[in-house]
Parts: sequence; C-alpha cells; structure tokens
Amino acid sequence: MEINFILLSCLVLMSLWTVITARLIMAVVGLALTSAVLSIIIFRLDSPLAAVFELSVCAGLIPVIFITTVSFTHRLTKEGLRIRRKEKFAKFWLLPIIIVIVAVILFSYTQKPAHLVTSVSASGGRDVRYILWHTRQLDLLGQIAALLAAAVGVAVLFKEQKE
Amino acid sequence: MPLLLILLPFASLIILNLSTKSAMHRHGFILVGAVALFQVVTALGRLGEFWDIKYNPLVKFFSLGSAPDNLTLIALLSIGIVIFVSLLVARAVLGNETLKFNFMNLALLACLGMNAVVMAHDFFSIYVFIEIAALSSFILIAMTKDPLAIEGAFKYIILSAVATVLMLCSIGLLLLFAGGTAFTDIALALKNSGNEFLFKAAVGLFLCGLFIKSGIVPFHGWLPDAYSASSAPVSVLLAGIITKVSGVYVLLRLVVSVFGGLAIIQKPLMAIGALSIVVGALLSLTQNNFKRLLSYSSISQVGYIILAAGCATPLAIFGAVFHFFNHAVFKSLLFVNAAAVEKQTGTVDMENLGGLAARMPVTATTSVIAFLSCAGIPPLAGFWSKLIIVIALWKASHFAYAGIAALASVITLGYFLHLQRQVFFGKLKAGLEKIEEADFSLALPQIILAIIIVAAGLIFPWILKWR
Amino acid sequence: MNADLASVFRYFGIFIILIGICGVYCILATRNLIRAFIGVEILIKAATLLIILAGYVTKQVALAQSLVITLIVIEVALMVVVGGVILCAFRDHKTIDSRNLMNMKG
Repeated sequence: MEINFILLSCLVLMSLWTVITARLIMAVVGLALTSAVLSIIIFRLDSPLAAVFELSVCAGLIPVIFITTVSFTHRLTKEGLRIRRKEKFAKFWLLPIIIVIVAVILFSYTQKPAHLVTSVSASGGRDVRYILWHTRQLDLLGQIAALLAAAVGVAVLFKEQKE
Repeated sequence: MPLLLILLPFASLIILNLSTKSAMHRHGFILVGAVALFQVVTALGRLGEFWDIKYNPLVKFFSLGSAPDNLTLIALLSIGIVIFVSLLVARAVLGNETLKFNFMNLALLACLGMNAVVMAHDFFSIYVFIEIAALSSFILIAMTKDPLAIEGAFKYIILSAVATVLMLCSIGLLLLFAGGTAFTDIALALKNSGNEFLFKAAVGLFLCGLFIKSGIVPFHGWLPDAYSASSAPVSVLLAGIITKVSGVYVLLRLVVSVFGGLAIIQKPLMAIGALSIVVGALLSLTQNNFKRLLSYSSISQVGYIILAAGCATPLAIFGAVFHFFNHAVFKSLLFVNAAAVEKQTGTVDMENLGGLAARMPVTATTSVIAFLSCAGIPPLAGFWSKLIIVIALWKASHFAYAGIAALASVITLGYFLHLQRQVFFGKLKAGLEKIEEADFSLALPQIILAIIIVAAGLIFPWILKWR
Repeated sequence: MNADLASVFRYFGIFIILIGICGVYCILATRNLIRAFIGVEILIKAATLLIILAGYVTKQVALAQSLVITLIVIEVALMVVVGGVILCAFRDHKTIDSRNLMNMKG
C-alpha cells in the first residue's frame, strides 16, 4: 500500500482514538499525535513551513495548554474511571461504525490516485515569507492582536478572586 | 490614513498596560474615551485629507486597499459611539478597579478587531479580526466570573467555534476557485465558476458561519444567554456593536462588494431575515426578564437588516445600512436603561419591578424614546429606516416580505408597551419606594444616545433631499 | 485543474470528511467541557488540511501556508482563552460537567 494511504489512515485512526479514549490525558496525547501525523501529511503536500508550525505549535503548545487546564481540574478516581469506561462503550461504539460505513461509501466513488506530484512551488516563484510580509500584512497585525488578547485573557481569567 | 484607526487602539493598549497601576486606573478612561471620540469625529467629519494622507514608511508596510466607502464610515461611526457609551457605563457600574481596568483593555481590543473588520477587503483578514473581536467578547462575558456568566460565555464559545470552522472550510474551498482571498479575487471566481457545486457550498458555509455569529434564527441559541448573563457595560458593548459588526456588517459588505444581487443568495437571505423578524418578535412577547426581552428584540431587528440585504436593490441597501446604525444606537440605549434599572433596584426581573417612572424620570423618558424608535414611530430615526426597508421591498415586488416587515412593527410595539407598563408605569411595587434616579454618570450616556436618535430622525429628511 | 489533481483532491477530501465526522461526534457526545474543545481542535485540523490541500491542488502553496500559519496562531489564542474560561467554570462548580450549564432557561 502506498505511503499516502498509510498516513491518512493513521490520521483518522489517531483522531478516532482521541475521541474514544476514556482518560482525558490520553485524549490530549492523542491530539498531539494527530497533529504530528497531520504535519507529516502537510509536509508531503509541498508546504514545509506550515508543517513545522503545525508540529511545533499544535503538537506541542496546545497539548501543553490542555494539560495545564486538565491538571487544574480534579483527577478521575479509579471508580470514576470504571464508570467512565462503561459509559464510554455505550456512547462511542457508534463512531467507528459510522466512520467505516462512510469510508466505504465514499471510496466506492473514487479510485486511488497516482503518486503525489511533488511540483516545486510553481506558483509564480513566490516564497511564503514574501507573501506573508508583503501581501498579507494585515494578518500579521491580527496575529499580534490575537496574542495580546490571549495575554489579557490569561491576566483576567487565571487570577483567583481575592475576596 | 485609515490605518490609524487600527494602530491607535493598539498603541493605547500598550500604553495602558505599561504604566504603573494607579496612574492608569485614574486616567485610563480618559485615554480610551479619547480614542473612541477620535473615531467618531473622523468618521463623521469625512475629512477628505485625513482619509487620503499617506505616511510613506508605514503605508508601505501595511496596505489596506482602497479608501473606505460609506458603509465602512457608518460602521466606524457606530463603533465609536457604542464604545464611548459603554465606557461611561463601565465607569458607573463596575465595582472594583481591576474590573474597570480589564474592561478598558478588552474594549480596546474589541475596538481594534472591529475597526479592522470594517476596513478589510479580504475574506481571510475579516475572519482573523472577527476572531479577535470574538476572543475579547469571550473574556468580557466571563470577566465577572459568576456562574451564569460562565454559562453564557460557554454557549457563545462553542457556537462561535463552530462558526469558525465553517468559515475556515469555506475559505479552503474558495481557494480552489480563486487566486487569493481578496474580494476582487472572489468576485472574479464568481463570474468564472459561480455555478459549480463546491463554490456554492463554500459560499453557503461562509454564510452559515456569519449567521451563527450574528445570532439569527435558527442559530440564535447563544444570544439571549450571553446578553443577559453578562454585566451591564458588556451587554451594551456586545449587543450594541460586536455582534452587529461580526455578523451583520460582513453580510452587508459581502452583498455590496462581492455578490451583488445574486438570486441564489437573495432567496435564503430574505427567508431567514423574515423568519428572524417573526420568531424574535414572538419570543419577546413571552419574556419576563428585561435583558432577555431586549436580546430577542435584537434578533428581530437584525432580521430586518438581513431581509433588506437580501433584497439588494440600492434603496434596500441604504435602508439596511441606516437601520444598522439605528439599531446600534437604540439597542445600546435600551441596554443602558437596563443597566440603570439594575443598578438602582438590583433586579432585572420584570415581575418585581413597577412604577419606576416617577422615581427615575431620565431612564423612563429615554427608554420611551428608544422603544419608539425601535418600533418605527415618526419622527424618530427608526421610522425612516423601517419605512425605507418596507418601500424598497414593495418596489422590488416582494409584497409578502413587505407585509411581514410592517406587521412585525406592530408586534414590536406590543412587547415594548408591555415592557414599559411592567417596569416604568403602573403601580409602584412595594420595596421600591426608596429608589432614586441613577447618578449622572449613567444618565449621561442615556441622554447622549437619546439626542442622537432624535437628531438623526429630525435631520434625516434634509439628508434625503440633499442626496 | 487537471484530472490527476482532481482525483488527489477527492482522495484527500474523503479523509477530511472522516476527520470532520470524528470531531463533530466528539463535540456532540461528551459532557466534559475539555473534551468538547478537543473536538473543536480536531475540526480545525480538518479545516487546516483542507486549506493546504486546496493550495496544493491550485499550485498556490505559498498563499495557503501563510493562511495556515495565521490560523494556527489564532487557534492558540482561542485555546488559551477557552482554558481560562474552563478554569473559571471549575472554580465555581467544582466540576466540568456540561450538565451544570443548563441553568438558563427561556
């Protein structure tokens, strides 16, 4: 089987596991692994910079944020885990079945493609850095503003109420 | 240069946070108020030179495209007015210094986001700044940290995240057909391949995202909870301008700049607009909470704007834009009234209120002015905008929609009369004898907004003649 | 785009739809608030893959990458704010069950 199919199936399996797993920390780890596989796929789709960003941020920073949040909320006890596992089976058995059915339906309409055409960016030779700095400057301003918003959010929300 | 309206809130934000605490807490409001007033003045004055000045190094770095047109100017004016008013309310209502300081920061961020939304000419930039305004509104709603506020914030966050994903998927699909994400590129793609299924799906997804953001039926689930659970100045800011700019302004801008009067866009917009008008008005009739009634009324009024935008003739667009401005003003005034009532009596439950008119004359009078404008009674501003919308619909032979719009005004009058009778007129409820008028700092924004409504209504015929 | 690229698009598109289904199911079928936002994250990843794929198919990889980079920054800011709100909710209710959020009616 070719590499694309393996990678994409890994992606779907990882996200499936993220949804189904009982423990929250395992779900966050699943999210990180999903991002890692996604970044490999993005790299193969001729977008190295986006792949690096995805790997470092979505597979690194965001799981850290989630784990911080999870660690502030209380831990699941063993008993709670057992109940959760039972509930989980009742609620989530449907999902893999849906995935398999939809995949079979959709795949029957297409055929597997040839290898990805790794064309070096024939988009007029423009580099990502050029486009980011010269054409989409407003977005850069937006990124700075978003980070400021996150900083203000941390300052406002994470503080304990001093009664 | 229009970029100043984005950089100025930015700079103020940094200045506000770099200085020592005590200095900023005292003078911070002056700084932010000055920024808002500056915006009002520049949008109003139409100073030609201001909008055309190019300071070379900065302009070369950040380029915003063409100069702002009327739609942008009116939106900027509304943003400036509502932010200024919400600052006054925050100063009067919010309890401690930390809350006021946080409110100032977040209002500046929201101002930055909204200014950039109204001045951008690119789908993806609009998305980025909608997200920034949304982030600041999440934090604003959750700021007071009481349980109801957190709940309202959550419902808003989840639906907003769904809207985010819808808009992103649509941008991804649009990239398939267009060479970029600017308005001109998408309009070109519309001409070339406007009939393909994926293109129509992309446009539909983006519109669904915008519907969620503007709180139109059937995506309005978050709106009453978010508006009624947030504290008073946040309600003014959120209801008065953030929801409008994030959803309604972008829809208007798309209809004006990208889609024109496409038939496939027209029919869904008009149907959803009419549905929102009716559902919002009917649900307002059953409400007992002052703020929830106002939020359902917002849904109804936004339906008017969407209905007119769907009609897409120049007269209808004019009516929609004018109603956008009017709605920002009178809805903010109503929420400031609710804030005054809440501060003085401690409750917004209409069952427990009554007969406040004798005690709080300024609040009662201004709320009467606001609701008359909302229901479309001459000679106030709301009358003109609703009249133009109904005439435009009639002229474009959408008789049923025109009838719905006119009839809904009657329902609007109905629930507002109910509100007035419950809260302000009628017998004074026990326990309320000691209530006095809200102090000057809350009365001032009410008076300002009421003057704007009356003035806009009276001056309007001259504006029509002059055009 | 020629038939080759179109078939690549359809092939990847199927997987994007599958991931989307996982994400939507996660949001709908959980009561834990943090898990709901993990579902939102999965949906945003599907959207990211769609943008990159569209850029690849129309040979606009540079533009698509700029969009994705900005998107990732916005996503981080969103998750930070969401984490903050969840913490506030936890401090009030001592639990992050979404059934506690059904208090407002009407």
